[in-house]
Amino acid sequence: MSTLRVEGVTVRFGEVTAVNDVTLSASPGVTGLIGPNGAGKTTLFDVISGLRKPSAGRVLLDDADITAKGPHQRSRLGVARTFQRLEVFGSLTVWENVVVALESRRRSSRLASELLDRVGIAEFAANQADTVPTGAARLLELARALATDPQLLLLDEPSSGLDRAETDAFGELLQQLSAEGRAVVLVEHDMDLVMNYCDHVHVLNLGRLLTSGTPAEIRSHEGVREAYLG
Amino acid sequence: MTALLAYTVFGLVTGGAYAVVAGGLVLTYSTSKVFNVGHGAIGMVMAFLYWELAENRGLPQWLALLIVVGGCAPLFGLLVERFVMRRLAGAPVGITLVAGVGVLVGLIGAAQAIWPPQARPVRPFLDQYGIHIGQSFVSGHDLVTLLCAVLVAGGLYVLLNRTRTGLAMRACVDAPELAALYGTRPDRLSALSWAIGSALAALGGILLTPVVQLDYVTMTLLVITAYTAALVGRLRSLPWTFVGALGLGLVQSYAVAYLPSSPFWIAFRAAIPALLLFVVLLAMPQSPLRIGGVRGSRGVAVPSGLATGVGAAIFLGVVLALALLVDGVVAGQLALGLVFGIVLLSMVLLTGYGGVVSLGQFTFVGVGAVTVARLGSSSPLALLAGAAVAAAIGALIALTVLRVSGLYLALATLGFAQLMDKLVLQSPIAFGVRGSLQVPKLVDSPAGQLLLAAGVFAVVGAGVLAVRRGRLGRRMIAVKDSSAACATLGVNVRWIRVWVFSLSAAIAGLAGGLFAQLRETVAASDFQLFNNLPLLLFAVIAGVTSVSGAALGGLLLMLLPVLQSGFPAFAGAAVVLLGVAAAGLARDPNGLVSWFFRAWSWRRA
Repeated sequence: MSTLRVEGVTVRFGEVTAVNDVTLSASPGVTGLIGPNGAGKTTLFDVISGLRKPSAGRVLLDDADITAKGPHQRSRLGVARTFQRLEVFGSLTVWENVVVALESRRRSSRLASELLDRVGIAEFAANQADTVPTGAARLLELARALATDPQLLLLDEPSSGLDRAETDAFGELLQQLSAEGRAVVLVEHDMDLVMNYCDHVHVLNLGRLLTSGTPAEIRSHEGVREAYLG
Repeated sequence: MTALLAYTVFGLVTGGAYAVVAGGLVLTYSTSKVFNVGHGAIGMVMAFLYWELAENRGLPQWLALLIVVGGCAPLFGLLVERFVMRRLAGAPVGITLVAGVGVLVGLIGAAQAIWPPQARPVRPFLDQYGIHIGQSFVSGHDLVTLLCAVLVAGGLYVLLNRTRTGLAMRACVDAPELAALYGTRPDRLSALSWAIGSALAALGGILLTPVVQLDYVTMTLLVITAYTAALVGRLRSLPWTFVGALGLGLVQSYAVAYLPSSPFWIAFRAAIPALLLFVVLLAMPQSPLRIGGVRGSRGVAVPSGLATGVGAAIFLGVVLALALLVDGVVAGQLALGLVFGIVLLSMVLLTGYGGVVSLGQFTFVGVGAVTVARLGSSSPLALLAGAAVAAAIGALIALTVLRVSGLYLALATLGFAQLMDKLVLQSPIAFGVRGSLQVPKLVDSPAGQLLLAAGVFAVVGAGVLAVRRGRLGRRMIAVKDSSAACATLGVNVRWIRVWVFSLSAAIAGLAGGLFAQLRETVAASDFQLFNNLPLLLFAVIAGVTSVSGAALGGLLLMLLPVLQSGFPAFAGAAVVLLGVAAAGLARDPNGLVSWFFRAWSWRRA
């Protein structure tokens, strides 16, 4: 059984079709979602997390249709995400950012330090969130998402702004999350990260699902190379 | 049938004048992304200037019109753009709104200083001409108004759609940096649109003078009607704006013709623009949660629970000493200042923490005052009842406008304030036919009043700080910074807003009750719609993010009328200064108190 199923989702902005009849699924483990810029990856995340209504199609979580539910209701069902363009609460401290998420799920605020430690930004806990480096802000978004104890975690380019060592640490974290039985969907441009840590990969191009498969299958797929290299 | 025709013509003429004003508003908004709240005030001042030239100095009408619409108004638009708005490019909507309110209040102060109150009749244009359609008469002025509306509509359409300048203007809204790369000058285009916008405000204002009296506040707030028309066009579409303006003119005209003339319906008629504003806002499509970019504002440090307690004790000690030292008059004034301070505490919660700019917060003070006055008692229970009624109305307004946010939300609060003003506070429902009510005092001596106000201020202030340190405060700020992220973390963004609105309304309502029993007599004139605007300005100037800012703002707000009665010549100047200060300070929401704090910590360092 897959945690997430997206069925025939289409998103139109006026004349432009950003996502065109996409069907895909994600099970516990790490699922990659790759494609060139403008392929519709972030728009698809917006639809799954409930920030955008699709023009057509359904979103299912554990086989239950959640298409009509608002973002905060989906969060309570176990959907969490990070943002490609950062959405940290800039006037609050890093610690408070995580506490807001913990409190919304009625979890103890004592867990905040633990979560910051887990993603490796404990040193910034007392800093105002709009003053920390981009890489740390991305990890803060991850900690904040984890604070809701999600079963489905959508990560939008989490590694951009991280250095090599931080990226490796992040990869290990991905494996832990996967071992905890969470379904992680990863939008990522760092192909090493995708190829090394994903169990399954979906490729989007120009709003359509180009192909799906294991990292090895994707690597050898002709169409994928064309889409990326033009 | 004849009557219908006459009222239709009248409606179209008024609508035409609205269209001219609204067209200017849409032009400046769509090219500079700044919604000019002061648009109506520009029209008002320019109408006074026209009176000065055409009626007082005896210039020919056409020459006066040319000087004002073709010269003074565009020049003034350029100055506002250059010295106020350009510095605010890309600033959050709250900041540009406050700057606009600053311009508005400053212009009213200037007009009052230059043209003291008196009757100022303005001759209509071409009053010796006119045509008969059937049995109804269309005056020369009406024809001029209609002609102006048609010319403005056509002119703006051609400018935006058929000229290179217009194309560049439209491009600059979406991406000024990008447009600059292609050789356009965004700042020049923005200046041009402000010049044209001001000229249209002036033209509309002058065309309306025979219909409405030349009055500072009435003319300034008349543009709420123009706002409504502009919102019909979603602040973008000129054709829809014109349709909206003509529709509004017709509805108002037919309301005069066919609604009964009992007191309620007369009040209802006056509330029609505000009602329609609500209808238009409710018909707006759900605004999607905004995604994109880190935003944070550096607030002042939040004191711990212990520090709050110590601060409150020191504050109460100082007030106690003052209560023993000063005479009754001063003690009463200080008490009033602290009551205003409590009103500003409600804005610390709503605007400072919640990021919602309210143009109608003083309305809740009126609601609290009326409740206490109507109960005929000022027992603590009556004060709490005032707070509860205000909270209920606050929740109701928040629920009504759940769909909109940002600029539209701020305009909705203004529409709400106007609605309450016309239908409740200024009608016999609130203060009876005499327009005033007696309220028994809770404490007799002025010193006692001062201690009462200080006690309530300390408790509410500590409460506001406790909210900020706690769960609700964190959520409010999180929603302000990124409502999209909040929603994906499981926070019901809309409920938070309902909470914030009703809690803040409750505080304002409590202050209203205290105000009523302090004054002993409260009247409809204490709660005029316009009072909302200086309130917002004082909040921002003194510091809308801190409790000490609220105290300072309250005392300043109390001093303003004292200053005005002591030095009437400076009354206007003081208001101008207020507006200028707000326009200048809008970028720093922490206000004057944060300067004091900074100076203090620098000295200690």
